[in-house]
This record gives sequence, structure tokens and C-alpha cells, in this order.
Amino acid sequence: MTAGARLPAPLLEVQGLAKDFGGLAAVRGVDFAVRAGQIKALIGPNGAGKTTIFNLIAGALAPTRGRVLFEGIPLPVRRPHAVAARGIARTFQLVRLFGEMSVLETVLVGCHRRGRAGWAACALRTRAARQDEAELRLRAQTVLALLGLGARADQPAAALPYGEQRLVELGRALAAEPKLLLLDEPGAGLGRDEQARLAAIIRTIRDAGATVLLVDHHMDFVLGLSDEVVVLSYGEKLAEGRPEAVRTDPAVIGAYLGDEAA
Amino acid sequence: MSARERWVLLLAVGLAAAVVPWTVRSTYVLSALVFVALNGIAALALSLVMGFAGQVSLGQAAFYAIGAYVSGVLTASYGWNPWVAMAVAVAAGALTAFLVGLPIFRLSGLLLAMATLGFGIILYYVLVNWASVTGGPSGLTGIPPLAIGGVQLDSDRRMAWLAWGALLLVLGLAGNLVDSRVGRALRAIHGSEPAAEAAGVDTARYKLGVFAVAGGVTALAGALYAHYLKFINPSPFGFAFSIELVVMVVLGGVASLWGAVLGAALVVGLVEALRALLPLLTVSHGAAEYEIVVFGLLLMAFMIFLPGGLSALGRRAA
Repeated sequence: MTAGARLPAPLLEVQGLAKDFGGLAAVRGVDFAVRAGQIKALIGPNGAGKTTIFNLIAGALAPTRGRVLFEGIPLPVRRPHAVAARGIARTFQLVRLFGEMSVLETVLVGCHRRGRAGWAACALRTRAARQDEAELRLRAQTVLALLGLGARADQPAAALPYGEQRLVELGRALAAEPKLLLLDEPGAGLGRDEQARLAAIIRTIRDAGATVLLVDHHMDFVLGLSDEVVVLSYGEKLAEGRPEAVRTDPAVIGAYLGDEAA
Repeated sequence: MSARERWVLLLAVGLAAAVVPWTVRSTYVLSALVFVALNGIAALALSLVMGFAGQVSLGQAAFYAIGAYVSGVLTASYGWNPWVAMAVAVAAGALTAFLVGLPIFRLSGLLLAMATLGFGIILYYVLVNWASVTGGPSGLTGIPPLAIGGVQLDSDRRMAWLAWGALLLVLGLAGNLVDSRVGRALRAIHGSEPAAEAAGVDTARYKLGVFAVAGGVTALAGALYAHYLKFINPSPFGFAFSIELVVMVVLGGVASLWGAVLGAALVVGLVEALRALLPLLTVSHGAAEYEIVVFGLLLMAFMIFLPGGLSALGRRAA
């Protein structure tokens, strides 16, 4: 980075975020920021609070303390669709598809907020509704092409191999054209080739202007992909920085990498 | 089904619905045709709620009753034009569903089913006890028939045309709705509510919306019923009818609009068959109790052997 260049303002700011489940403190006051155009990763052993932080950002859970700012404004709490409306899309740790829906339809649901046709227009299939639908379908097809799922469009999403189901979920999130994409363990259950393909797709998304925050515990996958990493352990931030720096951080090695090496 | 196939099917059934009442002389058969259409409309509405949005309602009879009573009272007691009264009845059904839905859609699954059941029971007792308006248990008489341009729709045959016309109209609109942005949002809620929310679907609003639409559509069937029979009392709108509607939807295949109509035809046919057969088999009266037993067994058999309903059978054959 050249001297004098100013860092862009953070897109997402997590401030003193904490979540207790009954007596268990799953997240204990975590601060970090994600700048626009970054790929940032939350890593840490199981139970470190990664997915809980995701659910707090996405509005699926209400924080016990702290808050999350997006573009400088606090995100709605316990109203995930309102968080989505701010320009945040997510995937889930365990793939969540829609019953018997086809791949194309699943991705079309992701386009939901881009459509305008209401109940009456849809029931009457008005000209405006048909035009709206055609635009959504074009957008969904573009996303499927990006993911290499074009040939699968009309197949039931749930009938695809697991790796492709994860891509369909990613497609559903991408279809919303989010400013911030939250990916919960995108590499889980994928083979090495599939992970490489996924990493290429995530970089493409970032290069197209989206910001990515992901949670994962595959170290190679995450460290190779991310611009910055936040390391969590037992609900607290252990370290934050560029992957090379974090990899050699003694605290991190002790708490996490050490465990895995053993 | 593609949009084109849907229209071809609608047109074919529409033609049949136009021709068949002409050729049938038996008022008994014509009246059965009317009831298939009316129940079909109500079952279709429930299918939107249950099969597409995945929310169970055990109180749909209440909206049928609201349609029948609002249109019945406005015409019989206040002399309104039946068409205007019917429009108000539809609005009343939708509005009631919306207001009832506001608190109860905080619930889901079994609790939601119980709340809708409770609503149905409460409304039934309102009809029985608010005698000054509803006529109480003895009912409301003097409801005028509908008329188009001076032609009274007071025969079974004319009513069969009207009821099937209404059914096909609702089928067409519902078919469009299901296969659209709104319909996908509803099906997404059924598939995974958290994922639908994450995709930006305001699930609470859509659940309330589909419940209100179904309330209005069910009230339409109820209003047609009132102007067909010209007499209403609370007894057909009890818990048993709510269950019958669920049976129709399940027999037809929950997430199938045409299935709901098939289910309605099957249930109406069965009820008539039982009414004819049971007196031959038993010494006492009380066919209604046996109906419930037969429906219970049928429901169990379908759940076990054909969970996709009749429409799944058709799909398998295709």
C-alpha cells in the first residue's frame, strides 16, 4: 500500500459483541471490522463462537451486549430479512434448501428482494409481473453460469451432490447482489478440487465488488484465500491480521494451530 | 406444469363444466357438482396455506362461515344487493384472517394448529349465541339467490355453472400466484424459514398474507353457499368441516391446487356414498359419526401409502 493512501471506511463494524446462552458465554466482547472489498475470515476451533457471531450479524440471534454497524448504521436485531434488506446475504453451515424446489427456483428466491411484483400482479400475471419475472430469471441464470450450474437449472436442488448443493446455496446468496456476503463454513465437506474451485469463485465475487466475511476451520483454505483473519478462541478474539502474521503468532499457534498439529 | 399446460387444462375443465350441467337432469347430481366446486374453492385456499406455505390451519370452516353469514345477513336482514354483499363477505373473510393471523402466526407447528382450531370453535359459538344477528341455532332464512342481468341463479344447474366458473377463476389465479415471485417466497418458507429470511423474505408478512388471501377465498365459497341454499345455520360450519377440508387437501396432495379439487370431489362423493350406504348397514341414525371414522381411516391410509396424495399418483403415471 502506498504511503498516504487512506484505508476505506469499514463496511462492517462489530463492537463489543457478546452472547450468553443461559450461563454459557459463547461470545465475550468481540471487536473487529471488515473493510469494503476484503475477504476476511473468522477462524478458531469448534466452540470458539464463529457461527454465533455470524448469527448475531445476520440478525438470527440478539446479542446480550454490543452491536454491529453496517455502513455506519446499526443492523436490525432478530429480523434477518431486514438485515438482508441492508445488503447482507449469507449461507448456512448445514445446507438449507427449499424442499422440492429446482436449482433455478432456489436461486430465484435469492433474487426475492430484487423483484417488485406483488400478490395481485403475480396472481393476474400482469405485464409488469411477467417483465419482473423475466429480469429475475436472467439474473438467476447469470449466477448459475458463474457457478457452473447452468446445466443443473431445472433439477431438484436437493438431488444434487453435496458439493453442488453448497454452490446452490452460494448462488442463492449471490443472487441478492449483496454488499456483504457471509459464508458459514463454505468449504465444509468439500474435496480439495472443490475447495479450489470455491476459492476461485469467492475471489471472483470479491473482484466484482462484494465484501466477504467467512467462517471456516480449514486452515489452508482460509489462509490462502483471505486478506485478513480474526482468530477466535472460547468466544474471545485471540489475534487479528494478515494470514502470514497470524500464522506465526505464538498465541495462535498455542491455542489453535498447535492443537491441530498434535 | 408450465403456464401453457395450465391454461389448456383450465380450458378443458372449463368446457366440461359448461357442457356437463346441460346434459345432467338429476338435481341430486347437479347439487353434488355445486358442492364439489364450493368445497374445491375452500380446499384450494387451504392448500395455499398448508401445502405451499406449510402452515397448518384447523379452523378454515370459520372463514367459510364468515362468508356465508356476512353475505346472508347483509342480504336477508338488510336487503343489500347479493353481489355487493358477497364482495363485502370476501373482504370480511380476508380481514378476519389478517387480524386473527397477527397474534397467532407468532406460533408455529402444533401450537399454530391449536390456535386456528380454537378460533374455529370460538366463531362457531358466536354464530350459535349471537342470535339477534345470526338467527342462532335455528339459522337465517330468506337469503336471496344471485342474479345476472335479471336471470336468477336459483336452479342447481345455473348454480353449478357459477360455482365452477368461480372455482376455475380461483384456480387460474392461484396457479399464477404459486408459480411467481410471491409463490416462491411462500414455498421457501415451507422449505426453510431461516433460509427464506436470509434471502430477504419477510416470512411473517408472507404467512399473514397467504392466510388473509385464503380467508377471503374461503369466504367467497361460503357466500356462494349461502346464496345457493338460501338458508344457513351454524351446524355445517363446525370443527368437522375444518377437518373435512384438511382431508380434501391431504387426499389430493397438499402442494397441488388441482389435487385440492380432486380431494374435494372425492370427499363429496364419499359423503354421499356413505349417506346412501350407512342406513343399509346400521339400524340407527348418525351417519355423521361414521363419516369421521371413514375419513380418519382414509387419512391414515393416505399418509402411509400415498403421502403425496392423488396428484402424486397422476405424476407417477405421467
